[in-house]
Amino acid sequence: MLAGGQSLVPLLSMRLAAPSMLVDINGVPDLDQIRVDGAGVRVGALARHADVLAHPDVGRVQPLVTLALAQVAHATIRNRGTTVGSLVHADAAAEMPVVLKLLGGSVDVASTSGRRTIPADDLFAGPLESTLTHDEIAVEAFFPALEVGAGVAFEEIARRHGDYALCGVAALVRLAGEAIVEAKAGYLSVSDVPTVVDLTASLSSGLTEEALAAAGDAALSELDPADDIHATADYRAQLVRVLTARVVRSAYESVLAGTPQVPSTATTNGEGTHA
Amino acid sequence: MPEPRHEVRLSVNGALHVLSVPARRLLSDALRHDVGLTGTHVGCEHGVCGACTVLVDGRPVRSCLMFAVSAVDTEITTVEGLTNPDGTLGPVQQAFKECHGLQCGFCTPGFLTTITAGLRENPQPTRTEAREMIAGNLCRCTGYQNIVKAVERAAELS
Repeated sequence: MLAGGQSLVPLLSMRLAAPSMLVDINGVPDLDQIRVDGAGVRVGALARHADVLAHPDVGRVQPLVTLALAQVAHATIRNRGTTVGSLVHADAAAEMPVVLKLLGGSVDVASTSGRRTIPADDLFAGPLESTLTHDEIAVEAFFPALEVGAGVAFEEIARRHGDYALCGVAALVRLAGEAIVEAKAGYLSVSDVPTVVDLTASLSSGLTEEALAAAGDAALSELDPADDIHATADYRAQLVRVLTARVVRSAYESVLAGTPQVPSTATTNGEGTHA
Repeated sequence: MPEPRHEVRLSVNGALHVLSVPARRLLSDALRHDVGLTGTHVGCEHGVCGACTVLVDGRPVRSCLMFAVSAVDTEITTVEGLTNPDGTLGPVQQAFKECHGLQCGFCTPGFLTTITAGLRENPQPTRTEAREMIAGNLCRCTGYQNIVKAVERAAELS
């Protein structure tokens, strides 16, 4: 199935995939729609990352979508790559799958026998493997809106801006007054599948340095950073600790400040990890 | 059995080209081999290096990650389309010449197209924005200092 092709075409070029037939859905009308209401953001299967990023209402309703999209590959790739394609490509090194999972979003899929909604928790079967069946196509993704009293943040470290992250972390915290009642973080490039870790137990008694360190250790107990040519497993583990502390604090402070941390690039990138 | 071919009408730099290509023909290969415009360079062929960047409806895209059959009904601009109508260098090309923004020139077509679109979006980039504009393009010989200078010079010339 070909939408943006920014992950699939490299796989074809490197002969890592050899489908007997490829269906280009770019001619299907209305699949490029982006709809935003109080409930959240709905992104059609042909909406390009660049268009979702530049949409004036997306960052207002769910700033984490905008924060993460600004880190998805380079502008040139975002001009062609689709957000829904990135989700069902199910790459644990990509930003949007783990963002969808952290927010409790979903993907609508359709086949000749009907349409169903797959919650993000049930979407990722394994490395680069979603739970869509062979006769289904993803038609729309839903990212729930940011609730009052909740905050989000995203940060990643890459060798070069726009490259695959060595590690990336998205945070979602919910406060009652100044107290943390829920804290979760999503991790990319440090596990085989998009992974969300509940950090509430470490952080519910206050946002101290000790609590943030404990949260980083709690996250690592559920992750599996690996060595590769770009970084050692130890370095990735250190990034998990450092980025967990940074994004949890940033998400927390954004709630107290009453201003979501929308990146400046969101407004400059109107025209434009791979997907 | 011969591979089925498709008639593809491509509008490149304002001229219409009617091609007969297999469905799997990459846009980059169609531009070079079928249209004959070899200014678009092919480096990594998997979307990393940026050398093959062309403008599709004004937006930079990797022509090695797009099929020619997917490019129908679009307006494609290659590096050959960046010169002025009288044949003189366009502003980004002129800036690269003045700032020594190239040595071997292999990556240059991708930089020129990317920066042309980038300056339309952001006509007065800061140094940081200029660097971000070219972050998706690799150069292996000149290095990036003079290319960043060329972005700033092109902004003056545009």
